Amino acid sequence: MTSHAFTLADQPLLALASGALYWPAQGLLCVSDLHLGKSERLARRGGTLLPPYETRETLTRLDGVLAATGARHVVCLGDSFDDGAAGGGLEEDDRLRLSALMAGRKWTWIAGNHDPAPLALGGTHRAEFATAGLTFRHIAVPGETGEVSGHFHPKATVAGRSRPCFLIDAARVILPAFGCYTGGLRATDPALAALMGPQALAVLTGPRALAIPMPR
Amino acid sequence: MVALPPALSCWFAAKGWSLHPHQLAMLARAGDPATLLIAPTGGGKTLAGFLPTLAELADGRHRGLHTLYISPLKALTADIRRNLRAPVEGAGLPIRIGDRTGDTPYTQRRRQRADPPHILLTTPESLALLLSYEDAPRIFAGLQRVIVDEVHALAESKRGDQLMLCLSRLQALCPGLRRVGLSATVEDPPALARFLARNPDPCGILLADPGPEPDIAMLETDAPPPWSGGGGRHAIPAILAEVRRHRTTLIFHNTRAQAEIFFHALWMENEEALPIGIHHGSLAREQRERVEQAMAAGALRAVVCTGSLDLGIDWGDVDLVIQVGAPKNVKRLVQRIGRANHRYNAPSKALLVPANRFEVVECRAALEAAREHDLDGTPRGPGPRDVLCQHILLLACAGPVDADALYAEVISAGPYAGLSRPGFDACLEFAATGGYALRAYDRWQRLMRRGGLWQLRDPRAAQVIRMNLGTIIDTETLKVRLKNRGGGTPLGEVEEYFASTLTPGDTFLIGGQVVRYDGLREMTVEVTRQPGRDPKIAVFGGTKFATSTLLTQRIMRMFQQPSWPDLPAHTAAWLALQRKVSRLPEPDRLLVESFPCEGREHLCIYGFAGRNGQQTLGLLLTKRMEDEGLHPLGFVATDYATLIWGLDPVTDPGPLFDPSRLRDGLEGWLRGNAVMKRTFRNSAIIAGLIERTHPGRRKTGRQATFSSDVLYDTLLKYDPDHLMLQITREEALRGLVDFGRIEEMFARVQGRIDLLRLPRLSPLAAPMMLEMGRVPVEGAGRDRLMAETADRLMREAGLG
Repeated sequence: MTSHAFTLADQPLLALASGALYWPAQGLLCVSDLHLGKSERLARRGGTLLPPYETRETLTRLDGVLAATGARHVVCLGDSFDDGAAGGGLEEDDRLRLSALMAGRKWTWIAGNHDPAPLALGGTHRAEFATAGLTFRHIAVPGETGEVSGHFHPKATVAGRSRPCFLIDAARVILPAFGCYTGGLRATDPALAALMGPQALAVLTGPRALAIPMPR
Repeated sequence: MVALPPALSCWFAAKGWSLHPHQLAMLARAGDPATLLIAPTGGGKTLAGFLPTLAELADGRHRGLHTLYISPLKALTADIRRNLRAPVEGAGLPIRIGDRTGDTPYTQRRRQRADPPHILLTTPESLALLLSYEDAPRIFAGLQRVIVDEVHALAESKRGDQLMLCLSRLQALCPGLRRVGLSATVEDPPALARFLARNPDPCGILLADPGPEPDIAMLETDAPPPWSGGGGRHAIPAILAEVRRHRTTLIFHNTRAQAEIFFHALWMENEEALPIGIHHGSLAREQRERVEQAMAAGALRAVVCTGSLDLGIDWGDVDLVIQVGAPKNVKRLVQRIGRANHRYNAPSKALLVPANRFEVVECRAALEAAREHDLDGTPRGPGPRDVLCQHILLLACAGPVDADALYAEVISAGPYAGLSRPGFDACLEFAATGGYALRAYDRWQRLMRRGGLWQLRDPRAAQVIRMNLGTIIDTETLKVRLKNRGGGTPLGEVEEYFASTLTPGDTFLIGGQVVRYDGLREMTVEVTRQPGRDPKIAVFGGTKFATSTLLTQRIMRMFQQPSWPDLPAHTAAWLALQRKVSRLPEPDRLLVESFPCEGREHLCIYGFAGRNGQQTLGLLLTKRMEDEGLHPLGFVATDYATLIWGLDPVTDPGPLFDPSRLRDGLEGWLRGNAVMKRTFRNSAIIAGLIERTHPGRRKTGRQATFSSDVLYDTLLKYDPDHLMLQITREEALRGLVDFGRIEEMFARVQGRIDLLRLPRLSPLAAPMMLEMGRVPVEGAGRDRLMAETADRLMREAGLG
């Protein structure tokens, strides 16, 4: 299984094993927390010099998902860049690669806590985005329904293996981080437990999309 | 020749002491650039090292630091300080002594930097830190001598490599610096001398009289040792009887967890309440000091301890050493035995307590080797470059660095004598720019070249570099608590890696009790007591020693005996049973057992290739099994065998054990396996690529650091020739992989493989079931298991 099918606000959606969310009816692909430019930001701040390949890797993965789904509209759910300067600090190659991905499709950047301001990279920049009963925003708002969000980088463990995961209940879906250099927050964390209903599922990403009852 | 000052001679005379020949010889060689003294414990080794210092400082004319004493243990510095004070104060010598370790209060450390004592007692890490300060040249001005204590122990680890790099810097600051190394008995003194001395200076070797032969035996117990596991609880009554019979006993264990468990069990049976303490590296400083003081005061009858007491702390009146568990290595055994009877010329007395039946065989082999002075040891390869990367960053903290001068300095350190200039330049490049094929950091380099010298781009980075200093990588641990009891009773700690392999319902052993894993909550492992159930997995933290080649060879030879009159009856019966239900391993054949156990198929391969060799064999074989569709799930390796478990039984060993196919798989496989990833993590921390996670300051939130595995995978994909991957490969081949011993095994076996299908676990395989260090296999089997578990969870929740 490369995806887990579910409905949110009556819309059939697919939680892909890659960590992206696909909405076939809209041809809309949603990814969260790309954290592009993370290594550059750490280096700029005088920290360690991590392998500067995470942007390339993340964009390569995104390219793969776009090719597989043929999505016409991409929504990046915030924290797409590790900070405001990271967008400007992209390597020329990476910038071209991103432009190529954006070409010919609609692209929506949602503001995140790492990248609240618009970037000079094309596409539309919004605080949040709503269409056909679903609302896309960076951080989940308690009490909202039909909500697609990211921010928390949830992860869960099955048979001793921890993987980034989607959290899904009747009201919302929280996406895993799609970026390469990203850590995770265990699904058992109180912050996540408080947001999700008792029937919530965790869908683990990886070679296959694996649905389990959300660990509490 | 330096003469002993009259005041000191008088004090010795008043005490009725006369100097040993090797102590006099050290005075005679005081002017030599380097001297290695090899002497038994209690031979007045430390005093021999310090005598020239005391003589040179006696006239009170020296200003500033004169002698630096470096020991691998904090406890040793405090101990030496106490011991030095006696002659210095007794003879009224005008000498100031200070010690400086991670435990030294900040104000005192600042005072020492401003006004160094004549003699400074410290550790390799504290020395490295001192050298990272801008005022290092001032602190060390006037330094004449450096004494490296327990240099044999330091030479076995990266701490020693780092220390030798630091000495090369000290030598550059103080060109006349003379070096002295103090060592216990070693198998290759000239190699240790080359390690210690400034290359290419000569290094004299001084051998003290080794003293009388030790009195060493195996402890006979009424209860036989258990079939598996470790800890030696069965021997507690016999051990207590020995403690009663002796003045002071040291009870050595191979790991901290074993020491803790044993100590707890010992007190349950210590009806007379004999004063017995515990001492190991994870105890709080106050606790360690309390035990050390009680011991020095003669208030304790025994101390349960680990390697933290391997080294020469002066315990005074120890008259018996007990080693619980097989010593794994003859040299270490001989060195531990030397802890008994500090009075020169009295024989050391030691008892070995095998913790399980296999260890009975190991202990017997070790006893014979010790009696025959057959010491083991493997030569260490060249100095590792991750340590050099850290050294470069450290020196950059102190001030601008000249690459040519630094290279000259580095190759003067014994372990780095053979380092090529390109090899060095790669490390400098890594420290400066990250050394990536993609030149991404031209603007944000860590080190910038200005005026021909390398310096920190951002001086604030020095603080981070200093915080990440050192070559000891602590395993990340998680606290274990009992669930539902007002916050939960803390039981102890397990390695994070171990915790990540647990599934709810798994049982394991901690603090001497069996518990069931319920789940993780805010970085705490929650468990419930499960008395009366056998633990599925035993947890043993701490250093895991590998049995030496020499010992495994002796063990293999013992297996070939028709009967075992030298072994206790229970062990002889166990080996006989193995011979009956299966076979005993033979030198020219390879025994492989296949059996079902606990709902999984198992394969046990008795290769006797040593822990690292068996581990590599496990990794290669599971890869081959994956290719053959046999769904392996994981394996564990000991010094003599590898146990693999999976979903399907192995019926034909032929395709799995083809040496050429295994060899072909080595290169490709090396890249992707879990051992390499762990090696990468350690080297990446030492080299400064990733920062240490400091316990207590860990973020539990979403910004939690991502796994170093991601960095490894990314580098492998985009920059496969990167220095960190080269270092990881070098490190793995340095011993972790030990493919050489697998090649030896195949040469010995020549295709004679015996695959035995058994209805159940064999006697010899039983101990393997409780071994720690299980390595999971990522593959189709794991995916299938995950999918099955996910399905089950959904069904149970009524969602499937």
